[in-house]
Amino acid sequence: MPEGASRQVEDLRLLNLTKQFGDQRAVDDLTITIPAGSFFALLGASGCGKTTTLRMVAGLEEPTSGQVFIGEKDITELRAFQRPVNTVFQSYALFPHLDIFENVAFGLRRRGIKQVDAQVNQMLELVELSSLARRKPSQLSGGQQQRVAVARALINRPDVLLLDEPLGALDLKLRRQMQIELKRIQSEVGTTFVHVTHDQEEAMTMADTVAVMNAGRIEQLGHPADVYETPHTIFVANFLGQSNLIAGTRVASGDVLEVDANGVRFKMPARRNVAPGNAVVVGVRPEKITVLDAVDESRIPSGQNLLHGRVTDVSYTGVSTQYLIETVWGQEIIAFEQNSIVGDRCAVGDPVVLHWAPDHTFGLDPAEGLTSGLDHAVLELERDAEA
Amino acid sequence: MKWIRKHIIGAIAIMVLVYLFIPIAIVIAFSFNNPDGKFNLTWNEFSLDAWKQICGVPGVCSSFVTSVQIGLITTVIATILGTMIAFALVRYRFRGRSSTNLLIFMPMATPEVVMGSSLLALFLNMSFPLGSVTVMIAHIMFIISFVVVAVKARLQGMDPRLEEAARDLYASPSATFRYVTFPLVLPGIIGAALLGFSLSFDDFIISFFNAGTLVTFPIYIWGAAQRGIPPQVNALASLVFISALLVVLGAQFVAWRRRRAFATR
Amino acid sequence: MAPVLPVAAIAPAADVPGRRKSGIAYVLLIPGLAWLSIFFVIPLITLFMTSLQKESTVRPGTYVPGFQVSNYVNALVEYWPQFLRSFLYAGLATFFALLISYPLAYFIAFKAGNWRSLMLVLVVAPSFASFLLRTYAWKTILADDGFVTSSLNAMHLLPDGRILNTGIAVVAGLTYNFLPFMVLPLYAALDKIDFRLIEAGNDLYGSPVQVFSKVTWPLSMPGVVAGTLLTFIPAAGDFINAELLGSTKDRMIGNVIQTNFIEFRDYPTASALSFALMAAILVLVVTYIRRSGTEDLV
Repeated sequence: MPEGASRQVEDLRLLNLTKQFGDQRAVDDLTITIPAGSFFALLGASGCGKTTTLRMVAGLEEPTSGQVFIGEKDITELRAFQRPVNTVFQSYALFPHLDIFENVAFGLRRRGIKQVDAQVNQMLELVELSSLARRKPSQLSGGQQQRVAVARALINRPDVLLLDEPLGALDLKLRRQMQIELKRIQSEVGTTFVHVTHDQEEAMTMADTVAVMNAGRIEQLGHPADVYETPHTIFVANFLGQSNLIAGTRVASGDVLEVDANGVRFKMPARRNVAPGNAVVVGVRPEKITVLDAVDESRIPSGQNLLHGRVTDVSYTGVSTQYLIETVWGQEIIAFEQNSIVGDRCAVGDPVVLHWAPDHTFGLDPAEGLTSGLDHAVLELERDAEA
Repeated sequence: MKWIRKHIIGAIAIMVLVYLFIPIAIVIAFSFNNPDGKFNLTWNEFSLDAWKQICGVPGVCSSFVTSVQIGLITTVIATILGTMIAFALVRYRFRGRSSTNLLIFMPMATPEVVMGSSLLALFLNMSFPLGSVTVMIAHIMFIISFVVVAVKARLQGMDPRLEEAARDLYASPSATFRYVTFPLVLPGIIGAALLGFSLSFDDFIISFFNAGTLVTFPIYIWGAAQRGIPPQVNALASLVFISALLVVLGAQFVAWRRRRAFATR
Repeated sequence: MAPVLPVAAIAPAADVPGRRKSGIAYVLLIPGLAWLSIFFVIPLITLFMTSLQKESTVRPGTYVPGFQVSNYVNALVEYWPQFLRSFLYAGLATFFALLISYPLAYFIAFKAGNWRSLMLVLVVAPSFASFLLRTYAWKTILADDGFVTSSLNAMHLLPDGRILNTGIAVVAGLTYNFLPFMVLPLYAALDKIDFRLIEAGNDLYGSPVQVFSKVTWPLSMPGVVAGTLLTFIPAAGDFINAELLGSTKDRMIGNVIQTNFIEFRDYPTASALSFALMAAILVLVVTYIRRSGTEDLV
């Protein structure tokens, strides 16, 4: 669709969008603007309201209150078939009784367009499926079906393309391939893509804006790297990747904040702290931490945050080595070490010292609890282990 | 010993299948019999007479045609009514769902004698003349339930996202029904119709109560059983059996070939 | 008689709650439900009313509305042997049908592989030939000078020296005729069982008998219940087998209802018997479903 790129695409805006199921609020007063032409990912665990949000944009679910705009146009009252929005469904929902060509032509035909051949063929070329036009969906592989689903939606040149876990049914290798493919298609057609997924890696590699959703609300929204490097809530810190979180109290303010936790002092730039009061949770990502034998403490450059402990578990994962280190107050800290160092790894029982840069440290508000965003299954395992 | 243990279930299964077909073999074989006397119960000599003059005995072919006609009309009406109910049950929310389900289930759990006799009681009390109309009314009544069950199963097996996809792709509700829902449910409806036809065509008990002087094919056989069933009846029944079997096996074969063609691709 | 039974009839999937609330539902429902109400429910009421009619004093042989409960007493006093026999024969036929259907259904569900759909077709296929003719064919198979009777006689296994025109023939006919009604629900239930459960049973030191009684049989219970009901109900009301294969001593309640209704035109007696049959079956079915703990079946 060469003319697609030059087409006037407009922003998608959600205003106070709310959906109530019984006494449960699936989507809670959501207000966001998704810029035209962006690749936007809604990331969250199952049941967080991301799919409901998508369905309300598509018109498949009626909002309890709130509005959906495309540009200045309020489309809240329009029914699904009247909206300039198309969806790539989870597990594709290809029409099993129609061949690939007719699946792709479906939207055009419903809008009364008689001459569809040229457009359909062009679209099939874009997704590299021209040779399979007369096959039935059941005769295609998962990846091919996925591309048909994309073509079937995109041929209608929607203002917004919604993707509901579009890669969930594919195996890992194919998923990586399709991620690249989808990005290529998006940059070619210039349509706004709203992508719902629970796969954080997928969201971060593909999207230029990620919104982490929890319990019907958006926890944090921004560029993937910003959201990952500077989480604003404990939920985001735990849900998006892993974080070490240590509860403490602010002891010094200024450009550099100092926090005392169990007698250890941690420093961080004040702009990386979002805690409003004196109670601050100190956070650091596991890959930012360097693990050293306690005897080598002198080699650590000054100004780093330091933490002493004892190794309780070492697991080798190929690319990196994962350490579990117990601090003096009994908390377990996780650290990843790239397997690029020469020499011996630390062993279980070794006394070690951990260090990381204050610029890699972030401060969070402890109000929501330190386990927010952690997998329930993991929490249960830990509870069992303690018992 | 081990061999026996491994194959015993298969052996029993095949024996049961053979058992199911013994009477069929007799029915077909005796269509080639030239009976000695009135009753076509013992083998006398081979003959093609019954096949050459399949309508050679008065009443056989006319009763056959009657059954086909009743079967066709019944099937069309019962399929439409049953399909409508199935759609309502699967697609809509309404009050009285459980009583509807009970009303659908009851005819399937009621002996045919009871249904036949109660309808006859109704027609007698209303002085309604018995004949093809009463037989068709009765057939439609007991076939509706089977249609509902068959179509409902198909509808429930359908991915609701297909219809959402259609709506998403600019299909209005009526276009969604026409281009997606209906084509996808159609095999279920056809299956229900075939089932309905065979139920109607072969029904004896309910028809017998409500036919009056009308003679359907099963009623003809019942009457003939007392005075001797002519081999023409066997020939006609064999014809029905073989053509139905061929149709079903043909459909199976096509499905099998399609699966195989995909598997080797 | 129903020749083909949709497998789904036996294992109804859970109702998906309708997504649209609409008056359209009633438009779709009313024609079919009206038909069922007028030609199924109202006839049952008429049947009940007819069963209480009394003979007209003005014109003997015709009946007028009444409330003659004694019709039931008289009918049951006169015909209780046929009533009991119906339930006995239907029960025996159901038992034998279960006995021979189970291995077949088990084989189709777990061992048939590529032959599965073909075997299912073969189970249903006999129904394509006329019910009456198939029953009639048993007259030839079980004839007094036939192979089956003479070989059983040679072993002195037959008390009367014959099969045809005895209760044995009637039960054999009933067993045969309703076999697909047993096989299909059994197959549907067995097919749903994850075969790995049976393998796990074997793995956990279960003998074949134990695995069957502790794993396979309980899991196939919905199919057993559905199959036995779908065999028992039509068998109990059948009069074709008793008429064609039995003697006058083997008459079932269906025969009595049929002759009283159509030949003797004794409508109150016939209606009373018919209604009593319906009630008896209903009571049996409800108790049976309760006791087997598969109430969600209906």
